Amino acid sequence: MRATVLVRPKAGILDPQGEAVESSLRQLGFPVDEARVGRVIDLDVQATSAEEARGEIERMCERLLANPLIESYEIEVGE
Amino acid sequence: MSEVTPRIAVLVFPGSNDDRDAAWALTALGADVRLVWHADQELPLVDAVVLPGGFSYGDYLRCGAIARFSPAMKAVTAFAGEGGLVLGICNGFQILCEAGLLPGVLRPNASLEFVCADVPVRVERADTPFTTRCEPGQELVIPVKHGEGCYHAPEDLGDDQVVFRYARGANPNGSERDIAGVVNADGHVLGLMPHPEHAVDPLLGPGDGALVLASLVDAARERLYARA
Repeated sequence: MRATVLVRPKAGILDPQGEAVESSLRQLGFPVDEARVGRVIDLDVQATSAEEARGEIERMCERLLANPLIESYEIEVGE
Repeated sequence: MSEVTPRIAVLVFPGSNDDRDAAWALTALGADVRLVWHADQELPLVDAVVLPGGFSYGDYLRCGAIARFSPAMKAVTAFAGEGGLVLGICNGFQILCEAGLLPGVLRPNASLEFVCADVPVRVERADTPFTTRCEPGQELVIPVKHGEGCYHAPEDLGDDQVVFRYARGANPNGSERDIAGVVNADGHVLGLMPHPEHAVDPLLGPGDGALVLASLVDAARERLYARA
């Protein structure tokens, strides 16, 4: 089952990459107030249902894919 | 009677690049060093463990995030769980944070630039096994070289766990509260971004790192006496 995990720096966490992207976009003339840079992880998971896949991926996030001190995550399970 | 020689393990991960320097420095300061490959399930009988600098597993995902799950890290976690002395330098510090053996996490430098410089670092606590040869408040000059050394502290991190701070105005990476090194609550696991192993031989620059590593060798020797 295909799934995507979006990992983002939590609000309030310094994100120098996001700041660099934001300032570059401004220099290019785009009307940007803020940019935050996270990470996308595409997965193909062995699971018989979307719920099962979601549960497994949550455990993956807690153990490895995200550091809960600084990052939040969002899981999208496909068809 | 000559002093006994404590044994110190230096872990080697794929991508470690300061393991040999750490081994050289610890040997020069009187330790018997054993290099331990990351895939080893067990540690040899040692009195302390050092996690060296480098880019373990290519620093993929987050620095230290993959190394923490290596077999040897399981053994290090068990060793630390029994009160064993563990020192993590740079990437070793990052691994200890990811493994939950130390609080906080290291993030990309605020400047987004790799820094390589000798920096002044203040000793905040001289009563840890890693700093007994230092004076409280003493300023050491030790090199840093890292791209991800910006320490983010958990909100409840007490000042009593801060062992090293960058001197005022010399914070090279944007670390919160100028923190350069922290110790666990029980005081036997330390991580720091500066590289004491690169500041041991005065021929190559400042020699202040020897104070840190020699403190560890002293503490390891005490552990050896205790188990003898």
